[in-house]
Amino acid sequence: MEHQNLNLTLKVWRQKNASDAGHFETYPVSGISTEMSFLEMMDVLNEKLIAEKKEPIAFDHDCREGICGMCSMHINGRAHGPWKGTTTCQLHMRAFNDGDTITVEPWRASAFPVLKDLVVDRSSFDRIQRAGGYVSVNTGNAKDANNIPVAKENADLAFAAAACIGCGACVAACKNASAMLFVSAKVSQYALLPQGQPERTTRALNMVAQMDKEGFGSCTNTGACEAECPKEISVMNIARLNREFMNAGFMSNEG
Amino acid sequence: MMNLDAKIPAGSLENKWTDYKGHCKLVNPANKRSLEVIVVGTGLAGASAAASLGELGYKVKAFCFQDSARRAHSIAAQGGINAAKNYQNDGDSVFRLFYDTIKGGDYRAREANVHRLAEVSTNIIDQCVAQGVPFARDYGGLLANRSFGGTQVKRTFYAAGQTGQQLLLGAYSALNRQVALGKVEMFERHEMLDVVMIDGKARGIIARNLVTGELERHFGHAVLLCTGGYGNVFYLSTNAMGSNVTAAWKAHKKGAGFGNPCFTQIHPTCIPVSGDHQSKLTLMSESLRNDGRIWVPKKQNDTRKPNEIPEEERDYYLERRYPAFGNLVPRDVASRAAKERCDAGYGVGTTKQAVYLDFRFNLINKYGRAEANKLGIQNPDEATLINLGKEVVKEEYGNLFDMYQKITNENPYEVPMRIYPAVHYTMGGLWVDYELMTSIPGLYALGECNFSDHGANRLGASALMQGLADGYFVIPYTIGNYLADEIRTKSIPTDHPAFVEAEKQVADRLGKLHGIKGNRSVESFHKELGKIMWEKCGMARNEKGLKEAIEEIKKLRASFWSDVFIPGEINEFNPELDKANRVADFLELGELMCVDALNREESCGGHFREEHQTEEGEAKRDDDKYGYVSVWEMNGDCNWNLHKEDLKYEIVKPSQRSYK
Repeated sequence: MEHQNLNLTLKVWRQKNASDAGHFETYPVSGISTEMSFLEMMDVLNEKLIAEKKEPIAFDHDCREGICGMCSMHINGRAHGPWKGTTTCQLHMRAFNDGDTITVEPWRASAFPVLKDLVVDRSSFDRIQRAGGYVSVNTGNAKDANNIPVAKENADLAFAAAACIGCGACVAACKNASAMLFVSAKVSQYALLPQGQPERTTRALNMVAQMDKEGFGSCTNTGACEAECPKEISVMNIARLNREFMNAGFMSNEG
Repeated sequence: MMNLDAKIPAGSLENKWTDYKGHCKLVNPANKRSLEVIVVGTGLAGASAAASLGELGYKVKAFCFQDSARRAHSIAAQGGINAAKNYQNDGDSVFRLFYDTIKGGDYRAREANVHRLAEVSTNIIDQCVAQGVPFARDYGGLLANRSFGGTQVKRTFYAAGQTGQQLLLGAYSALNRQVALGKVEMFERHEMLDVVMIDGKARGIIARNLVTGELERHFGHAVLLCTGGYGNVFYLSTNAMGSNVTAAWKAHKKGAGFGNPCFTQIHPTCIPVSGDHQSKLTLMSESLRNDGRIWVPKKQNDTRKPNEIPEEERDYYLERRYPAFGNLVPRDVASRAAKERCDAGYGVGTTKQAVYLDFRFNLINKYGRAEANKLGIQNPDEATLINLGKEVVKEEYGNLFDMYQKITNENPYEVPMRIYPAVHYTMGGLWVDYELMTSIPGLYALGECNFSDHGANRLGASALMQGLADGYFVIPYTIGNYLADEIRTKSIPTDHPAFVEAEKQVADRLGKLHGIKGNRSVESFHKELGKIMWEKCGMARNEKGLKEAIEEIKKLRASFWSDVFIPGEINEFNPELDKANRVADFLELGELMCVDALNREESCGGHFREEHQTEEGEAKRDDDKYGYVSVWEMNGDCNWNLHKEDLKYEIVKPSQRSYK
């Protein structure tokens, strides 16, 4: 309700397309209300650039309520900026002070190539999901929902893992650009539920194989992913994925 | 002349769908493999349709403008999904869900469609649980339910305040499985810019690759539009920034009738506007009305802080006006009541355009006391009760409370939320028959994109139900009834003159838009349109305002086409060009919405004409004159003809809705 206006300096990554080398450009912005979201501040800057007949800064965004996972800015060296458990779209300008310089970059990871400015290609995440992130049940085969009771504790843990929005902040925050938190969240959701049991071993093996194929790095248990995850997905899921993967290897029927 | 035969099957209401399924035409598995279906949009309706049709063996191509199918705006639905399971033993049934939906829609929906929706609602929950959707559960491991507006039973299934996310990820997983099996080909960052018509049937689309800017031609024996609603015509709404009417509008311009365009849902509980910079509005789920009580001070222009206003000086106006349903009246009723209080000078907050949604009473009395009993705490003090209650509320709605605090910098566990109505959903949409086919053969519309199930007002937790009903359980049957006659149609090469011509028209329009090189940004036009729509075609409408709005929109549209400035090039990643294309369509749709609102001289559901209200200020319908669906046909450049589909009520007797 009470707000003040900020004058800021933005250093933003500009890159014409995937093959361009890219560079930082500096933009002053003024009269930014602390009530604005970070993306609304970017809107103000873009309107200013358009008024000057310049190209606005391209960035991914859609729902602007922290759930679609499309927004993806590295702000002052942190995935989604300074607030814990918050996406870029839900970060508000009261997080900053008058006179601040703010650096804005795209996600940095070779498995997420830059398409333009702050927009990256995260289709590697979709391909990992297609390798096994599902229960093989055709429409119309289901029995009454309450015939599958699930202990509340497991249901809650499965939900907490399933809350992942697939934004890629875990990869961007990781010094190895590992996708383990993302993959482990999906593997955990199904490993915790009775519906996920029939494909439990193949799912863990296939999703990990696809993750490696996409060029994501290895996990070295630093925990930056959990610290920067806007949905606060727990690294305990990575521990569970490691167990699932080990068990799947031992239990495999293949010679 | 437009064919508006709704093709409702004969027979008794409860047997129509069963009889239809027993008699519709089938396509054998070998023939399915050579039949191609295009699905535009990957929200609940699109993802579930693409997955189910892939499972059946059709060759499917699915398109979305986002970078992944998982980002479609269904993801943002919060509160829940209705189903007539009667797991709570509180008297629910298929008939009650059907009846509540018809009544909630203020008697402007088709009985047969709504009954089918209620019938398949139970299958949806079974299907989603089988996919591993983690719904909320009780300690016994069984599914939990909550209440939503316009009903007196607990039939809403949920996953905290992110039910849409979990349901969409379920449908996305089913879609991914079909992509992995090669049954569905997925096109992300692609936007449909026209329907291709050959011999009077929809035979494909022109899509633009949003990364390279290239136009592509895609053939399909049938085309499914699952492209959501058009609430963004108001600029500010709870829709995602990219949500648009373009696909549906292109279909309309190619001859598909547009049904009830003026039926817009204004949701009562959204975070109020904070300033001119506002880019979107954020919903606070209707499920919060389970536990929150809505009030304003009894005194006008009361400047005290909410917690300083004593109980006896608060006006719980919904409980006062509607004792039978209280805080759980339908959305249109709750929104108008909030507007009435604010207009009368009882609004709160700096702008006075807000009311309070207060959780303190239930934190203490409902949750706090129950937890204290469980723990055996005798005579707990208020602070203990609040702390115990907080833990339960956190589990139910934690993400919503966090979101509120990030946006407003106020803690809703301590002070009441400030809320105000905002545009949320559009009941209107492409006219479809019982089979979900538009007035163009081979072109279907599913989910929010069609007009069919919610009449003049949608009940909470019914959008998710409809999206998944259409995609998982309706279209797999009804499309077969059409495609069975297409098994001899070979795949049409995309160098066919109709594809060439359609692509040329799209390219010409993009070139024209880009070539204007005027002085105003796309955003500035969109904001101006939104302001006209909100003020003159929003929560309350009247003849004078609507006539003015039509003239203002025409002028604005002319100014857009002569003064808009689009930076960048056509053949590259260019979000401003994408946006301009969508706003150009909103500038036409907005006019049609006003034309429709002007024509409908009655009040029903979300459509409130100030000239037509009861003495208590409730909506006053005119069933004799307006008991029809308005179906608009476009003739040339923004000229429309009205067609009518009369609504026949065989089971429910339309009466004045009462929630008192």
